[in-house]
Amino acid sequence: MREETLIPKVGVVTDIRQDTPDVKTFRVVGLDGKKVFEHIPGQCAMLSVPGVGEGMFSITSSPTNTEFMEFSIKKCGCLTSWLHMMEVGQQITIRGPYGNGFPVESALKGKDLLFIAGGIGLAPLRSVINYVRDKKENYGSVHIIYGSRSADDLVDYKEIIDEWCTDAGVKVDLTIDRPQEGWDGHVGFIPSFVEELKPDLSRTVLICGPPIMIKFTLDGLKKLGFQESQVYTTMELRMKCAIGKCGRCNIGNKYVCKDGPVFRFDQLAELPDEY
Amino acid sequence: MKKISLNKLDEFFAAIAASQTLYLPVEDGRKGAKFDAWKEGAVYSTAANTSRSAKDFFFPQVEDMASFKVDGKEIEVYDTRKESEDFVVFGVRACDAKSFDILDSVYLADPVDSYYETRRQHGLIMTMACNKPTETCFCSAFGIDAANPAGDISCWMTDSELLLEANTEKGEALLNALSMLEDADASAADDTKAAIQSILDKLPLKGLSTESFGGDKLMELFHSDKWNALSESCLGCGTCTFVCPTCQCYDIRDYDTGHGVMRYRCWDSCMYSDFTLCAHGNTRTTQMQRFRQRFMHKLVYYPGNNNGVFGCVGCGRCMRSCPISMNIVKVMKTLEG
Repeated sequence: MREETLIPKVGVVTDIRQDTPDVKTFRVVGLDGKKVFEHIPGQCAMLSVPGVGEGMFSITSSPTNTEFMEFSIKKCGCLTSWLHMMEVGQQITIRGPYGNGFPVESALKGKDLLFIAGGIGLAPLRSVINYVRDKKENYGSVHIIYGSRSADDLVDYKEIIDEWCTDAGVKVDLTIDRPQEGWDGHVGFIPSFVEELKPDLSRTVLICGPPIMIKFTLDGLKKLGFQESQVYTTMELRMKCAIGKCGRCNIGNKYVCKDGPVFRFDQLAELPDEY
Repeated sequence: MKKISLNKLDEFFAAIAASQTLYLPVEDGRKGAKFDAWKEGAVYSTAANTSRSAKDFFFPQVEDMASFKVDGKEIEVYDTRKESEDFVVFGVRACDAKSFDILDSVYLADPVDSYYETRRQHGLIMTMACNKPTETCFCSAFGIDAANPAGDISCWMTDSELLLEANTEKGEALLNALSMLEDADASAADDTKAAIQSILDKLPLKGLSTESFGGDKLMELFHSDKWNALSESCLGCGTCTFVCPTCQCYDIRDYDTGHGVMRYRCWDSCMYSDFTLCAHGNTRTTQMQRFRQRFMHKLVYYPGNNNGVFGCVGCGRCMRSCPISMNIVKVMKTLEG
């Protein structure tokens, strides 16, 4: 019988990093110590704890990382709570990669890029950001606008400060929702921060975050003069099969798991707004 | 074309069942019919159709997918798939036969669903022309001919004979292996077909039109103001999705077997509130949205992705089983009106 994508492989958690009070980043390899599969930035994998559940998570590490894959996961339900209780050495199951990913080798090539992320929404974009940083010659300049509820909720803060902020071709603007002791950076919501910063209109935009943040940020971008066709996002819907069959992530004639999760806003405009 | 006297039907069924499991419609004791494995003495039911569709044979309500052994931090994964054995389903109606094509486009599309595929490869479909289509039948609206059903072998029942015609190599091989069959004139089923056609022409839903539907009507129909009134009385029970031969959504779940974990899949329904519930909220919070999703998928989304083929076969099961008498025909008539 042919190989069945619905039957997962075993992965081993080799490192766990507490990023924020409710986000941990897990490093995963196969039983042979190597990456379980290759992926495109923006693609996802189904992780599961047998007996607890299975869920779709974006792969936050860049494909240029040849040693392992990473998943930044926010604790918000049954499966994610279990994942947060894991210790290094724990095995989980993994299958993938799923979804289309960002068009890093086509539409994004040679472009100046603007990344806008809110909270855990940085996870899928981090894969693209590090991919682009590793293949600088293929892309223009990078502008990253990232915000979270508080300074403690900024995912990958150490990497942002130590690596992204010191990278010559990368401009980073951070914001938090409310004033906080010890924070001398910008305070305010992402949509208004983006409007204040007035990013360069020639940039191709990649945006991910809570639905409400995406909605208002897109409105702001349009006000500034950005076209829907130059803005990409990646979506999260409930998924079970991850291969366009079980029906859960169906919106219009698209299945987010296989036709997405990455869409341009002009493509989304042709779909029912059930996301 | 082949034939056999209806008096020899038992002998005919026994010959097929000698080498593989034969399923056929029998009375279910509740004034309806159900598919059951043939055994000595089983009586073929000529009911218009079975209460449940024939999709169970290829996409069962529940099936195991994989199992796991969890020992401390370690996990072992076991492939629990079994190669299907050959089986024959006799008496499938034209509508249900068409539903397999609709499921094929989903489950056999890359990446192929191997659970479904192995059953499709090992199952042989013998369809039966509908001598008595009922007032809830509207397969002709979707281009299905109840007088000439598809399948590996098509069958017609006259007053005295069962007529059989093979449509595929697999069907041909089975008919050739059944020595009790006699050759029949190619036109032997013509009178039966004509009689069926005259009933089809008089069915109350004969004029049902699909013209207002299809992939190009997506936004227009999605934003129709008629969904609210249509869905107002929907209980969200999901019965329509379970009796539907083309409903294909499923859930994947785990259970603790006591000495491991079994992962299984089971039918699910877009009519249920937790179908789309996820970490950031629910994308369909009202029954109207869920109701709309079901019909939009059958009448707009599916045809949009499948060359205009609708995701309904007009079997009428949803009309007969909905507790509040809502159904796809009412939806179609209201939306186009």
